[in-house]
Amino acid sequence: MSKIIVCRCEDVTLHEIDEAIEAGHKDLESVKRFTGFGTGFCQGKQCVALCARLLAERGGEVATMPITPRPPFHPVAIHALAQLVRDDDEDAT
Amino acid sequence: MIDREHARPPALPSAPLPESADVVIIGGGIMGLATAWNLARLHEGKTPLRIVVIEKGYLCGGASGRNGGGVRAQWASETNIRLMKRSIALCADFATRMRINVWFRRGGYLFLARTDERAKQLAASAELQREHGLPTRVIEPGEVKEIVPELDVSRVVCASWNPDDGVVFPWPFVWGYARAAVSLGVSLHTHTAVEDLVTEGSRVVGVVTSRGVVRAPRVLVCAGAWSPTITEKVGVTLPSKPHRHEICSTEPLKPFLRPLVGDLQNGLYFSQSMRGEIVGGISNERVPEGLDQRSSARFLGLYAKALSEAMPILGHVKILRQWAGCYDLTPDGNPLCGEVDEAPGLFLMSGFMGHGFMIAPIMGELFAKHLLFGEERELFDRWNLRRYREGKLLSESMILG
Repeated sequence: MSKIIVCRCEDVTLHEIDEAIEAGHKDLESVKRFTGFGTGFCQGKQCVALCARLLAERGGEVATMPITPRPPFHPVAIHALAQLVRDDDEDAT
Repeated sequence: MIDREHARPPALPSAPLPESADVVIIGGGIMGLATAWNLARLHEGKTPLRIVVIEKGYLCGGASGRNGGGVRAQWASETNIRLMKRSIALCADFATRMRINVWFRRGGYLFLARTDERAKQLAASAELQREHGLPTRVIEPGEVKEIVPELDVSRVVCASWNPDDGVVFPWPFVWGYARAAVSLGVSLHTHTAVEDLVTEGSRVVGVVTSRGVVRAPRVLVCAGAWSPTITEKVGVTLPSKPHRHEICSTEPLKPFLRPLVGDLQNGLYFSQSMRGEIVGGISNERVPEGLDQRSSARFLGLYAKALSEAMPILGHVKILRQWAGCYDLTPDGNPLCGEVDEAPGLFLMSGFMGHGFMIAPIMGELFAKHLLFGEERELFDRWNLRRYREGKLLSESMILG
């Protein structure tokens, strides 16, 4: 059987989504944790709608919200983020 | 990720909630599930114990799914060292026993000291750890460089090194326990919230949930940072408070970083997961009060600055995602475990701050033995809530974050 990829960043296949649902995961957040979809480079921007539709089509939750968005919106380099610290922040050592 | 042949439902669709049970466990995180599995396992062959686990959300939704997955025996108190040593041994066997890949990698923990005072503390802890059979050594900056060549050690006085510590991927660990517990007959109910406790006089005899009442002579609170809100329903005020701890992970890199590196000065810690990401966090005292799982830009700044100073080569690596979870922070850094004097029938397994995940494998076993066979009295006395009433507080100085 050929593999159908649903999350390109994390190589999650349609088969794995089916397995998660079969294993009892009926809501989008649970399926995310079980398969790891949406946790890669795009953070779900490309796959969350597809996975939500697949879940709904298979009798799971009809998601009204995407998975909790995790900042940053785009991947950002660590040296750039280091500039976020204010000079007067006492916790910065 | 899951071994298909052995995959069984880890999160069953809601079966009817039983009206009564022998034990009700509030919280389907690692602590509650490890305890449920151990109770069922140790009671096998006898009259089946009716165990019900109530989880208000989905599996891995709380701190059990939000932590960095570190497991270490490098602690400063005798009790933590002794217990964590056994917990790591259980982690090492987990994949074989539970037939699930938990991505356990034993790369060691390297704790950096940047002041003479901190160096002394690490040396004293290392000696205590060696007395308990750990291979921990205090090493010079030169040897630190050998273990992690990319570290900037110019401000490092010395480090404490235990090559036997490690990291796991938390999610499959939770499913492993859930699946094993369910297969032994534990009744697991996700998406079910505890709204009240049922009492007879001062005694707790059950729970009122969003899906009905379950009566049980023993009710165990394993609700992490939500534990105080549960005990409050019977007027028991816990000294612990939720404390938000943030964490983040980078794009995946080819494996290069062997240990988890921790700096007790600023609370920075980071490791490379088996997925290749650099996962880490940093201490942050100024966080919003209460149960708050939001992310902040300030955290990213603090972490990124400290990390790029500790390991400059990581400056060009990108952060992919950040998230937060809550510690159940106690004033003395030690947990709250055992029966509550003021509310017989109500038991606690709470008050863990960043180390609940790693200690759960052994705590689940010990609590089950305590409840079933009356073992481990000394531990459950030592960590009992009553120490706050009696003013006998404990200590632990090697808490990260």
